[in-house]
Amino acid sequence: MDIVEGMELPAKTFTITRADLVRYAGASGDFNVIHWNERIAKDVGLPDVIAHGMLTMGLAIQVVTDWLEDPSRLLSYGCRFTRPVVVPDDADGAQLTVSGTVGGVADGVATITLRAVCQDVTVLSKATATIKVA
Amino acid sequence: MALNPDFVGRTYPPAPAYLVGREKIREFARALGSTDPIHLDLVAARDRGYPDLVAPPTYAIRLSMAAAENVVMDPELGLDYTKVVHGDQRFEYSRPIVAGDELVCTVTIDAIRSAAGNDMLTTRADIATVDGEHVVTSYSVLVARGTDGGDA
Repeated sequence: MDIVEGMELPAKTFTITRADLVRYAGASGDFNVIHWNERIAKDVGLPDVIAHGMLTMGLAIQVVTDWLEDPSRLLSYGCRFTRPVVVPDDADGAQLTVSGTVGGVADGVATITLRAVCQDVTVLSKATATIKVA
Repeated sequence: MALNPDFVGRTYPPAPAYLVGREKIREFARALGSTDPIHLDLVAARDRGYPDLVAPPTYAIRLSMAAAENVVMDPELGLDYTKVVHGDQRFEYSRPIVAGDELVCTVTIDAIRSAAGNDMLTTRADIATVDGEHVVTSYSVLVARGTDGGDA
């Protein structure tokens, strides 16, 4: 596959439920109460329980790694956590949609810009991955 | 309360080596809903040239956040942990983490600044094998939100 500027990566939509937050808390060791306790989340001024930023970040990069089929080609990955992903206490949870575009290719390295959107709000900004082109 | 700027450049002694386990990688991958067999199936990982299961790219946060806890809890630094949120995160990879890696994580305070009443702390966690091979560096910006009418 030739990686060229402007290429669109296949987008993915992820469902995040309260059960997913509990599972991620256990797997990551991040037990911050705002990710599972609605009372405390609201006490600190959040609308409801929110997803771990690192869960959102970990889901978003799958758009790149599933496309590449080789994680060793990932050189860097970063983002800013701009807005929280609010996860309601229902069966539907939150829907996170992630898409990516190849922003540029230079010296064997491609820069991919990711967009992560939940309820029409961009939740990650400056989400960028660099990959080895070959 | 402003952070102590004298802490920029300070490096904390590393925690004991972290042994990356296969089941921890599977657990982390499943928590992310990843279906790539490279994280789950030993035969698939070896077929693709890896010595063992490959960790998802954000797995390094397990090590870097645990190591950074010592830093943010340091009372002399002056960070109010109850107000801290994760602002930015970036990883720079030399290679993926694989099961069986014994990793040492060394945390350095890269930058401290204040803006709009918030304190921002940038930590750099260098993650290498016990033999000194660099694997990944994790940069985290932690933001301590200022209180209304605070002294920032």
